[in-house]
Amino acid sequence: MSDKSRKTFLMIIFLCVLFILVWVSDKFLDEYTMRVIRTGLIYIIAAISYNLINGIAGQFSLGPNGFMALGGYMVALLMLPLEQKKFVWFLKPLIWPFNSFSFTKAFFPLAIFFGGMAGALGALVVGFPTLRLRGDYLAIATFGFSQIIIVLANNLISVTNGALGIKGVPEYANIYWCLAWAIITVLFTTNLANSSYGRAMKSIRDDEIAAESMGISIFKHKLLAFVVSGFFAGVSGGLMTSLITTISPSLFSFTMTFNLLIIIVLGGLGSITGSVITAFAFAILSELLRFVESPINLGPIYIPGIAGMRMLVFSFLLVVLMIFYRRGIFGEKELSWDWVLSRFGSKNHQGVKVCPGKTEHF
Amino acid sequence: MSWKNGAFLALDKVSLNFGGLLAVSDFDFILRQGELVGLIGPNGAGKTTVFNIITGQYEPVRGRVFFKGQDITGWRPDRVTCAGIARTFQNMRLFGGLTVLDNVLVSRHSKLKSSVLAAAFNFPGYIKEEREAKIKAMGLLDRLGLADLAHMRAGNLPYGQQRRVEIARALAADPKVLLLDEPAAGMNPEETIRLMEFISGVRNEFGLTIFLIEHDMKLVMGICERIHVIDYGISIAEGTPKEIQDDPKVISAYLGEEACDYS
Ligand SMILES: Nc1ncnc2c1ncn2[C@@H]1O[C@H](COP(=O)(O)OP(=O)(O)O)[C@@H](O)[C@H]1O
Ligand SMILES: [Mg+2]
Repeated sequence: MSDKSRKTFLMIIFLCVLFILVWVSDKFLDEYTMRVIRTGLIYIIAAISYNLINGIAGQFSLGPNGFMALGGYMVALLMLPLEQKKFVWFLKPLIWPFNSFSFTKAFFPLAIFFGGMAGALGALVVGFPTLRLRGDYLAIATFGFSQIIIVLANNLISVTNGALGIKGVPEYANIYWCLAWAIITVLFTTNLANSSYGRAMKSIRDDEIAAESMGISIFKHKLLAFVVSGFFAGVSGGLMTSLITTISPSLFSFTMTFNLLIIIVLGGLGSITGSVITAFAFAILSELLRFVESPINLGPIYIPGIAGMRMLVFSFLLVVLMIFYRRGIFGEKELSWDWVLSRFGSKNHQGVKVCPGKTEHF
Repeated sequence: MSWKNGAFLALDKVSLNFGGLLAVSDFDFILRQGELVGLIGPNGAGKTTVFNIITGQYEPVRGRVFFKGQDITGWRPDRVTCAGIARTFQNMRLFGGLTVLDNVLVSRHSKLKSSVLAAAFNFPGYIKEEREAKIKAMGLLDRLGLADLAHMRAGNLPYGQQRRVEIARALAADPKVLLLDEPAAGMNPEETIRLMEFISGVRNEFGLTIFLIEHDMKLVMGICERIHVIDYGISIAEGTPKEIQDDPKVISAYLGEEACDYS
């Protein structure tokens, strides 16, 4: 069997095992645990989308929460049943065309796709004027943009219902849809990152002047990375909204961006598999660490519940990691079939060095 | 302008200043197809700035740049490269996080016809293009004796090999004109001689026109047909190596530098 077909084969096996695993857990695990898993899968999508622009294209964006919000509102507006829409927008009527239709359950994936398109469009609008500039303008512009989105969400009552938010979004983001979108995101981004376009993005990250001198259009490729990143951010925002069944301006506040930043830095900037693992771990850890926010009674010492203590723990983790393990858990490397094969696999397989930009990933 | 007749690449009285400093001033220059011309001058004379003007890194405040009769002044660097002018950098600028092969493949990207979606979904057309690009890149690496290093991280290579990767990367862009900025910097005399021989070999093999910057004028005497001397941004002499060697202005420019070195 050739190397390539061997990997395809492994990939198919892996996906089948994953599917069976999910099916079994869906049958036997309780609702709460399944919710954590779904959240983890959605974090994976958001983290990979963020890693594409920050880690692979090397452009420091601070806007994923804004693009997620765009996707979230789009999905809420498309999926909310008509009678619920009349009920939610009692202050001001909902604008056309959303007041005249809503998607049925069968069109949920399409709604998520449109959520992604909303994120992509947002990225295009911010990226077009700012990505021509060199330096850290993108961080400032994207930060401003996500703030604007939140202000708009608070004030465009006839679209977002303001601070009250939109309640009663159908919970169609089941484990299978979350898994399917996570797989699509991983495969698409990995393929893109390993393609000629991905190489161009990485060359811009490593040395913009040299990349331009090798014939790479800097603006075009930054914009490409940014728009694809915006798309998957929108997808994750849409799934998150459907999972939680409500959306309000506070759901996608800057804290979300901060969480994602921790995830991609912990996982290793530029490492997709690193992001997968840390995103999932983050979702689980933030549930496990819930206890630090509740009142703790240690005999004589009583600590009242402090909201936000979990963030303190994560921030502390980030600081420790940056001191001792600056490049994240995976650095720039990927957990790849090459690596797996050389580790556990057949002897005739040449021990492949795990080198970034060249590996076949799962 | 008759003096530009027969010119492949021409600079017409270009000037550029950084604040109050005139880095390049009324610089005239022509390069005919197939030539190997050297640009020499003391440190800080403005040689690299001339390259940066040709490749579009800087736009001259006055003067024009012509390539194959077309005015390319003010073009963005990627467009200049796609038009057929590739370069290396004095202070090497490899993509340190990429492998040697990927460094070279980056230069092939602008030739790619497949769309992003075709690439991300591995369409057969894209796979074919990618395979051809890899064959071409490996061929170049082989030619430069770098084939064994193809999968090494470029940033981890020793200095001399990084220099060669830079040349391979520039050649991968299929240039008509190759601009080499002090390619022998940091090499010992023996390596330098080998490199210079290699450069003239490459010119013949790829039918290139080469414009070469060198700080040490002895090095280029052997291989250049013509030499241009620049000092304080001004072109002070131009001619065959023999003529340049005996030119009093050149001698005094270099003597001035040596006097500085020993002071
Ligand atoms: N980006 C820049 N900003 C300000 N001054 C510069 C810049 N680039 C070059 N210079 C100045 O212009 C002069 C010519 O530089 P350069 O072309 O690099 O010289 P050379 O390559 O001949 O050693 C030097 O005095 C240098 O300090
Ligand atoms: Mg120089």
